[in-house]
Amino acid sequence: MVNDNKSDTLIQKYTVCANDFASAGAASASVKKTLKQLGFSPDFIRRTSIAMYEGEINMVIHGGGGIAEAEIAENYVKITLTDEGPGIADIDLAMREGFSTASESVRELGFGAGMGLPNIKKQADEINLSSEVGVGTTLVISLFSGA
Amino acid sequence: MDNITHSVTLDASKCKGCINCIKKCPTEAIRVRNGKAVIISDHCIDCGECIRACPHHAKKAISDPLSLMDNYKYKVALPAPSLYGQFQSIRDVNIILTALLDVGFDDVFEVALAAQSISDYTKDILPETRDLLSGPVISSACPVIVKLISVRYPGILDNVLKVITPVELAAIAARSKVIRDTGFKPDEIGVFFISPCPSKITASKYRIGYNESVIDGVFSMSEMFVKLHPAIEKTEPKNLATAGVRGIKWAFSGGEGSAINESLFIAVDGIDNVIRVLDEIENDKLKNVRFVELNACPGGCVGGCLSVENPFVARARIQRIGMEFIEDKDNASIDSDLYSTDVLNWQFVPEYNSTLRIDADRSIALRKLADIENLLETLPGIDCGSCGAPSCNALAEDIVNGSALEADCVFRLRERMSELFRDMSVLQDYMSPPFRDSNEIL
Repeated sequence: MVNDNKSDTLIQKYTVCANDFASAGAASASVKKTLKQLGFSPDFIRRTSIAMYEGEINMVIHGGGGIAEAEIAENYVKITLTDEGPGIADIDLAMREGFSTASESVRELGFGAGMGLPNIKKQADEINLSSEVGVGTTLVISLFSGA
Repeated sequence: MDNITHSVTLDASKCKGCINCIKKCPTEAIRVRNGKAVIISDHCIDCGECIRACPHHAKKAISDPLSLMDNYKYKVALPAPSLYGQFQSIRDVNIILTALLDVGFDDVFEVALAAQSISDYTKDILPETRDLLSGPVISSACPVIVKLISVRYPGILDNVLKVITPVELAAIAARSKVIRDTGFKPDEIGVFFISPCPSKITASKYRIGYNESVIDGVFSMSEMFVKLHPAIEKTEPKNLATAGVRGIKWAFSGGEGSAINESLFIAVDGIDNVIRVLDEIENDKLKNVRFVELNACPGGCVGGCLSVENPFVARARIQRIGMEFIEDKDNASIDSDLYSTDVLNWQFVPEYNSTLRIDADRSIALRKLADIENLLETLPGIDCGSCGAPSCNALAEDIVNGSALEADCVFRLRERMSELFRDMSVLQDYMSPPFRDSNEIL
């Protein structure tokens, strides 16, 4: 983890490795601990960590790894997941429940059910997915906390 | 005893100020200060890991003195199922139960019988409880687990089964039976639990989900063992056993899960394994599991730090006792009038009270967390414990919270000293202008 802190926000950067299922989830687990230390509500922590975990897994399976960056402020969390993977050809299709391009070997591990992106959308308050085939994908997940 | 909220405590005269306990504490609740271990009360979950870790036996569990029995006219013993595994070559539970009468109790009520009723109740409510959750139902039988979840795992407090423990039910059932059978008044009856661990001592005094205790005193199993051992040699066993092997098996990991006859359950023991599984439940990774039995001690209650026998032998003995049962008592239960939601459900759910929280004010917490991360980059990261904190991270938190200094780190201290020496050697070579050889400026 690398940090690059301004005064009112905390920036945590993590490297997510391709096809490393054993350590997948490490970044979201670390962010979850930070949110607990900051006293966010259980529901907010739960939604953030599920959304970030799913995003992290997507980078492990599809993105060829990448960078996960969490910007944590008093009343929001913004997670930016950037990879230089194959990109998503049809974003609308990718957002559909049950749609997946995951390989058979990934499915055998219990991943790739096509619920990742829809679940992220469900948990987050705002998502922004931009992708270019052959260049990479950037997913920005935002959650806003009332208190 | 009324003023303490923990049973795990320190015998300062034995403490050498080493770092064994601070490294083993799962919630980083211990620091070494002025040569002695100090327990941070809010963070302690009474798991007893420090008692196990201390080579000097300076950590101990405070239980009640046996003389407490003298305050009551009618004394009832509540033996934990794990007691049955403590004695060599005992194949008949009645020997142990009768020996309890020989050492001064007027009656015994087996916690194992109450455990069978809690198993029945769990089985009854499991389907509807499970339907409301995305993850598994978590057993509330081990008080360490409930405490750990309520301070560290806010997201899964809902998953905890909000049901009283077998020992609490045994205490309630024992008292009502004695009142009915003997006519003694409630305050003349003393109900005493024989506990294998400190967390059950604490939980008996400060009931989870309740304001009042139903237990009058808790005796340490190891202390009771010393009294019971000679009595067992001489006793003439009476037919006192009420519980079957189904309840007695609660003594070891897996016993509770198998007693509710749930096929999709996992049983996890040992605090490190428990923490790993709680993380997974919180991350929604155990969706397909229906019931999770968690025991903080290795092997389950037989591994409690107040037990005498090692958990593996104790488990084997309990299994052998089970095989010797002539009569099947697995379906025996407490009085049916106590089998109600009023008795068995918690009255309230304890509030989530995070001990991880850095500061009550989030903007201050954010700043402190940034300071902690910056500090961590300057610390060696080898978690040596020489500063009295269990890890560099814990030291950084302590520094930011004002309870430690950067110079407490021996490595940082050394760096500071070499910086000072460097400055001193430069100053040593410095000459005032009148004494210089040339016009050189330092």
